[in-house]
Amino acid sequence: MLRWTGGDARFFQIVFQAVLLTVGVLLRDFSLLPWQMGLALLAAAATQAFWLRVFRLKNVGYLSPLITACGLSLLLRADTLWAHPLLACLAISSKFLLRVRGKHVFNPANFGVGLALLIVPGTWVSPGQWGNDLGIALWLVALGATVAGRAGRNDAAWLFLASFLGLLLLRLLYLGHSVPRIWEILCHQSLNGALLLFAFFMISDPMTLPDHPRARHLHVVLVALLAFVWQFLFYRPNGALWALLFLAPLVPLWDAIWPAKRYIWSENRTLHNKCCVAR
Amino acid sequence: MRKLALFTLLTAAVGAAQAFCGFYVGKADAQLFNDASQVIVVRDGDKTVVSMLNDYQGELKEFALVVPVPTVLQKGQVNVGEKAIFDRLDAYSAPRLAEYYDPNPCEARLERRRNEAAMAPVPATAPAPLGKSLGVTVEASYTVGEYDIVILSATQSDGLETWLKREGYRIPANSAKALAPYIRQNMKFFVAKVNLAEQAKTGFQMLRPLQFAYESEKYMLPIRLGMANARGPQDLIIYMLTKNGRVETSNYRTVKLPANMDLPVFLKQGNEFRNFYKAMFGEQAKKEGYRAVFTEYFWDMGWCDPCAADPLSPEELRKAGVFWVNNPAAAASPPALPSQGRMMPMPGAQPVMLTRLHVRYTPETFPEDLMFQETKDRQNFQTRYVLRHPAKIEADACPEARAYLDGVQKRQEAEAQQLATLTGGDISTIRSKIPLLPVPPAPPAKAWWEGLWGSTNGK
Repeated sequence: MLRWTGGDARFFQIVFQAVLLTVGVLLRDFSLLPWQMGLALLAAAATQAFWLRVFRLKNVGYLSPLITACGLSLLLRADTLWAHPLLACLAISSKFLLRVRGKHVFNPANFGVGLALLIVPGTWVSPGQWGNDLGIALWLVALGATVAGRAGRNDAAWLFLASFLGLLLLRLLYLGHSVPRIWEILCHQSLNGALLLFAFFMISDPMTLPDHPRARHLHVVLVALLAFVWQFLFYRPNGALWALLFLAPLVPLWDAIWPAKRYIWSENRTLHNKCCVAR
Repeated sequence: MRKLALFTLLTAAVGAAQAFCGFYVGKADAQLFNDASQVIVVRDGDKTVVSMLNDYQGELKEFALVVPVPTVLQKGQVNVGEKAIFDRLDAYSAPRLAEYYDPNPCEARLERRRNEAAMAPVPATAPAPLGKSLGVTVEASYTVGEYDIVILSATQSDGLETWLKREGYRIPANSAKALAPYIRQNMKFFVAKVNLAEQAKTGFQMLRPLQFAYESEKYMLPIRLGMANARGPQDLIIYMLTKNGRVETSNYRTVKLPANMDLPVFLKQGNEFRNFYKAMFGEQAKKEGYRAVFTEYFWDMGWCDPCAADPLSPEELRKAGVFWVNNPAAAASPPALPSQGRMMPMPGAQPVMLTRLHVRYTPETFPEDLMFQETKDRQNFQTRYVLRHPAKIEADACPEARAYLDGVQKRQEAEAQQLATLTGGDISTIRSKIPLLPVPPAPPAKAWWEGLWGSTNGK
């Protein structure tokens, strides 16, 4: 199977995201309609097809729009049917249009969610939707580490979690909580499904992270810092999502300062039958 | 009357709970308990109005309340509200029954299109539940209504604990530890006790709710302080009044309670519905491991369907703290409707969104204070349960009757199963409460092979 998929991390990502979506809808009371998901998938694929034609791109498959549509479905909630497909379309378009030196600036799902929260009526993100369940957290880490590991970006996921939770620990110590309370709160925060999902399925996206390890680590720590400030100093929800979105424009700068070999999905290296995988 | 009964009931079920957003402290050794806690939080931007209702049962002179607040509250920011507003919000957003009556299948035969089931909402009662050297500064001190209030700031938790003790407040053990994080967050402490002379003037038997208005980026309720010496799970009902959409917790799971299903019609009798709701809530909270916050209601207060009670009038909304609603008494010109200007089919209704959240928490399962976010979700939700009354007919009344009664029997069994699943109740007890309809005689059972060879077999 590995050979068949060319070892592309995204194949795993799609399968795991589909599993998580199913689990979420069935067990975690996600207010997500099958139609919203279906339309998001269709819109994402159609947008990809459109831009591939416009830019006459060949040898690019359809894994990326599937991932973006799944990611949007996992994160975003809406009280209309049109929000998901519209945002999927805008997210995929951002990948083709918002580029610096041939590399897209924003993680498409992150871009879509940010746009939704800023301007699309009837949309929201439920950061508490996964709860803080140990079982679910372990599954998220296991599945997520597999995907991020295949993409060679596990370092980003773990570094983000370590930085964010480290800052949280400092805050709890500063606030003078008792040791048992610190442990309880730290567990509560670190088992948050939305945080783990972000770490392993979003910030670890190799296409939008700096390519040089040093730059990548700096960027991830900055994202964790801003997420922490947003959430615990300004008391606003969804810190991680906003931090990644706001800091994404810095990545081209990091890439210029610390140039490194550009990441390429294995699919785009070996090609051919990969579109069949996507379909 | 029904409500009163319900309160008692929940009191028994919930047991000895503490205050939700602070703790009640006594000046004597009396055991003080605060049972069903309710709070109204009105918020738009950073502007917040919080109203707290406690079910304090002890001696008034023993009553004292400590609540962490984000800013120093001046006298004008504190008000003594009316309990009636809580009752109105409760009644309006209460879990409800909707009844439908099956049309008589025999009549329906003649007049199929007539008589859509009449819907009669039963305003079912809500389970309302369901000194300097110490580093302490008195920032403000005043009397509002029957309360003597001081706003304290502190630099160290030990000092605050000592100050409170020196002033005669008997505060729970471990208080310093619980107070410390709030001090470090630069929060102030609202301390209220009852001014007995003022209280006597009011003529009220029970303590009226306290309201605070302030601006803060923190959209939260400090539930942790009340857990200082909590025993067992505590219940809290939160009425969130916002402009744009449904409110949910951002650091805990928010779950909609199971609703909108058909249930056995006996729930209409006596206390059955209240008992059902209490059991159902208990079962769902347990199922979620006491780690979730439940949504019981979300609706634009401009209308309701079915209405368990009339929507609140603009005046009532203002009393609840909804500052963006024009006060018709104050406005000389016709009141301009705030914000969206939606259709308001109900007179007196206002474009205000009400989210009713119900949480049963324990110190272990809710290690952090509740943080909230207002979403852009405007999909209405209510805990509404449907009773379908079967038509009263004999099995041989008409050709359609048998099939109908057969269907009713299956439906009743499904309703009983549903009820058992929701409440974790005993199915046979539930079945025994369902009145039996005239059962259509079952056709005699045939062996599978009978008729296989046709009627000529054996001849």
